[in-house]
Amino acid sequence: MSLLEVKNLKKSFDDNVVLKDISLSVEKGEVLAIIGPSGSGKSTLLRCITDLETEDSGEINFDGSFGLVFQNFNLFPHHSVMKNITNAPIRVQKRDKKEVFEHARDLLKKMGLEDKEDAYPCELSGGQQQRVSIARALAMNPDILFFDEPTSALDPELTGEILKVIRDLAAENMTMVIVTHEMAFARNVADNIIFMDGGVIVEQGTPEEVFSSENKRMKDFLGKFYD
Amino acid sequence: MILSNVIAQLLGGMVTSIEIFILTLLFSLPLGLVIAGGRMSKFAPLRWLMKVYISIMRGTPLMLQLIVVFFAPYYVFGVSLSADYRFIAVIIAFTINYAAYFAEIYRGGIESINSGQYEAAQVLGYSKIETFFIIIMPQVFKVILPSVTNEVITLVKDTSLSFVIAIPEMFTVAKQIAAADASIAALLVAGVFYYIFNIIVAFVMEYLENRMNYYE
Repeated sequence: MSLLEVKNLKKSFDDNVVLKDISLSVEKGEVLAIIGPSGSGKSTLLRCITDLETEDSGEINFDGSFGLVFQNFNLFPHHSVMKNITNAPIRVQKRDKKEVFEHARDLLKKMGLEDKEDAYPCELSGGQQQRVSIARALAMNPDILFFDEPTSALDPELTGEILKVIRDLAAENMTMVIVTHEMAFARNVADNIIFMDGGVIVEQGTPEEVFSSENKRMKDFLGKFYD
Repeated sequence: MILSNVIAQLLGGMVTSIEIFILTLLFSLPLGLVIAGGRMSKFAPLRWLMKVYISIMRGTPLMLQLIVVFFAPYYVFGVSLSADYRFIAVIIAFTINYAAYFAEIYRGGIESINSGQYEAAQVLGYSKIETFFIIIMPQVFKVILPSVTNEVITLVKDTSLSFVIAIPEMFTVAKQIAAADASIAALLVAGVFYYIFNIIVAFVMEYLENRMNYYE
């Protein structure tokens, strides 16, 4: 059985139909990239799956824990890096303090931020903040990690460091669903790709299948990146 | 009358002024938060009620509110209250007035917090109450501190309005001495007192602001 299954999801904001009829599934260990033009509904899809929006109809079958990495990081500015990462595991998951701190230090090391545990988010670069927010999500031991355009708020030279972290997580078989504009990255890291446009899934499959698609909308979209 | 005598006479009034100041803050700061909650409620009638309440409190003179709170029990409800009620009326009037101002300050602060903060907290599993007290309010305090400082400084001076229902706070006493002595010395001493009081308030608030400056 799939780890996450979405069936016939529909969502409108007033008269604006954002998701028309979305079905997808994610297997354990899979990396799924969702691509598509702005306004295609990909972020809304992610927000429905993560309960930040309520779907109008359809089913989302998933029982497990998830983490979400936001485009704008959404770190808590008044908490140190360490507290950002450890507070929810200690408070919400009621885990042992010592264990959580060790876990957090491991994660920070993995993110190349071992010297930043006492820093505040405002003292970090955008790329560093995003790495902290990934560590914060991972500290909850999620079964699946969602990324909502994790590099869109970053300067191009900082994008690489985030993509590297995600690539490393993929190598560890972390299950991930990534909404992204980074085509080369999606092609390179994802097991499967979904291309959305106008609230529907236009094309889906392995990167090879999707990038060699003869679908006109898909080709138009990819053309914009390779022109 | 020599200065030391004036000061000695004013001392009792000073204590009363400080009592009004402290009790008003003690009650109006939390009450303001409750009113702000009502003002931002999803339940429209409550929201409107709070809006009207704030509008009246901010739109009419505090001096008038003091008189109404003091005399209303007798003239409206026919209840005679004990002599202690004079002081209680002052605290009630100041509290409901300042709570209205604080409510609007809280509301501004709460609305200034990015919705991403709520979303991040929700995804991490914080309850609504935890989100409010652990994530939102600490950030709100930092944002609103300069506005709160303004109100607190105004409150120091506003305590003098209690003279209107003859509470023996400092300004009331100073006026009496001035009238008896046909000299404004007592009023000047009172002025110095208010000024020193506010320097202390400003110092404390600046200290608090600096303590919140550990992040931007």
